[in-house]
Amino acid sequence: MTPVPAAELAEARLAFGPVTALDGMSFAVRPGEMFGLVGPDGSGKTTAIRALLGLLPLQGGSARVLGREPAAADLRLEGAVGYLSQRFTLYGDLTAEENLEFFGEVHRVPDLASRRRRLLAFTRLDRFRRWRADRLSGGMQKKLALACTLVHTPRVLFLDEPTTGVDPVSRRELWGLLSELLLGGMSILLTTPYLDEAERCGRLALVRAGRTLACDTPAALRASRPVQLLEVVCAPVRRARDLLAASPRVEEVQTFGDRLHVLPRRQGDELADVLGALEGVAVSSVRATEPSLEDVFIWRTRSRAAGG
Amino acid sequence: MPGAEGPAISVRDLTRRFGDLTAVDHVSFDTARGEIFALLGPNGAGKSTTIRMLCGLLRPTSGSARVAGVDVAAEPDEVKRRIGYMSQRFGLYGDLRVEENLELYAALYGLGRARYRERRDWAVSLTQLGDRLRSRVGELSGGYRQRLALACALLHEPEVVFLDEPTGGVDPVMRRAFFALIDDLAAGGTAVFLTTHFLDEAEYCHRVALVASGRLVAQGTPTSLKARLAGEVLLEVRSDRPGAALAVLSRLPALAEVTLFGAGVHARAAPGVGEAEVLGEVARALRAAGVPAAPPAAAAPTLEDVFLRLVREEGG
Repeated sequence: MTPVPAAELAEARLAFGPVTALDGMSFAVRPGEMFGLVGPDGSGKTTAIRALLGLLPLQGGSARVLGREPAAADLRLEGAVGYLSQRFTLYGDLTAEENLEFFGEVHRVPDLASRRRRLLAFTRLDRFRRWRADRLSGGMQKKLALACTLVHTPRVLFLDEPTTGVDPVSRRELWGLLSELLLGGMSILLTTPYLDEAERCGRLALVRAGRTLACDTPAALRASRPVQLLEVVCAPVRRARDLLAASPRVEEVQTFGDRLHVLPRRQGDELADVLGALEGVAVSSVRATEPSLEDVFIWRTRSRAAGG
Repeated sequence: MPGAEGPAISVRDLTRRFGDLTAVDHVSFDTARGEIFALLGPNGAGKSTTIRMLCGLLRPTSGSARVAGVDVAAEPDEVKRRIGYMSQRFGLYGDLRVEENLELYAALYGLGRARYRERRDWAVSLTQLGDRLRSRVGELSGGYRQRLALACALLHEPEVVFLDEPTGGVDPVMRRAFFALIDDLAAGGTAVFLTTHFLDEAEYCHRVALVASGRLVAQGTPTSLKARLAGEVLLEVRSDRPGAALAVLSRLPALAEVTLFGAGVHARAAPGVGEAEVLGEVARALRAAGVPAAPPAAAAPTLEDVFLRLVREEGG
């Protein structure tokens, strides 16, 4: 028997007037996994979360959280779900622990004092518990907001762009905290516009224009195109790019600063003779490289546009 | 053309304080003509303050900066004539047509009629906006608006172009097309200076400066920055039970840092522990604990790894 998904959208449709926000988006978050909803601004990520929270009624398809249809006033779901929105507001003139206390009281959390202590320790904010929230650094505020989201011990966590604009050190710390939550059995759905960061999710859905382009593990998504991508370090790069772009054996060339990514047209073609014969170009290294999730995103977008 | 020789941007000990906050702290770097240079760092690192000083919009507290050969503190207005600037918000007029936006910018720069036509044709062909000249800007997608903002910033043929977070949140397809266009622009000799907090975006640039808390912690090509991690062993373990793998590996003294990463675990070897040694130890530990896992493999460092290492060194 397949376990009931922690959260699921099936063929979800929703338009705001002439703007289609969800255009048949589908994905399912399995219990206990970290699932990423990945796509650019305007791809429907936030709308998807708001539909799962029961804040926006769908016009077609279905939304389910822990097997139930979400409704804003459903107290059983409210107790089971934590939501960190992009604009989650802490009370700046309250201290870190007062913020936790406030959100704890809103959720009628029993034994709040010990819960608060544990969350401050978990987010390594104990030393700052008496600091006013607006005096904390951006990274610390984000951790405090996460702690407030966790105060009622939810089973499913929705995080809308939790790492956008957060510095890399705090960002990695945040990922450490999410890992610990995951080990405790929580199900996590998060959105991110950072394709490199999406690699950290167990599975992910690449979304664009309200639709799911692909949904799988990062490794499976990268392996979905069976042609080996080559990284070529060479000089002058622009000349090499122009020559390679003109070769019938090359599907695509992309410049990355001092190197090129070259996608051969045929599987197994390492282009050794082509690269060796580039006139006026010194090739200093060629190695096979894994496509990034950005590559996958672009390939999937193109194959959809081509009707594939 | 004065300043046609020498660096496009030359910055020495550039510092800006706001009260007791030092937003930019003794930053120095040079960029060349034809080069795409990125200032990479999180929000609050001082990127926007730096760009505002380089554009002649904000006076440095101390230090110096020359842009296209012009001193930004001494001649801020001359700097503004030499540069193009594209802000995060694009600064376009949504209820005007594409062509009307271009005309407006040409008027602001004081371009004559003939010169405007010539520059418009060039900018429109570079940014491939030919089929949208009559469209209202408000009806265009983000990718088109971004290209129009770039075309507007290039009309007066600036020697240096500043792009402040140019692709935040845009579609990857558009982003890649945008960088192909930037590359063409740089190939024509224009210096491109951009800020970003997307670590993977910096990979598109020729040289990158990493900034944190107002200070420049490293600069170089993406390849050379990653080479600074030589000697640091990163590895990756794929497992159907990543939690169990994490629990086992967190206790291993040969590892300095262990994190869940997708369907597996990423780890960094403790200083002084070699690749072969750590791979062997990890495989043995997982086997002894009965955790099913693929053989551990060395992982290529990302710019994020470089950034974290440098910030750790600064702090430690």
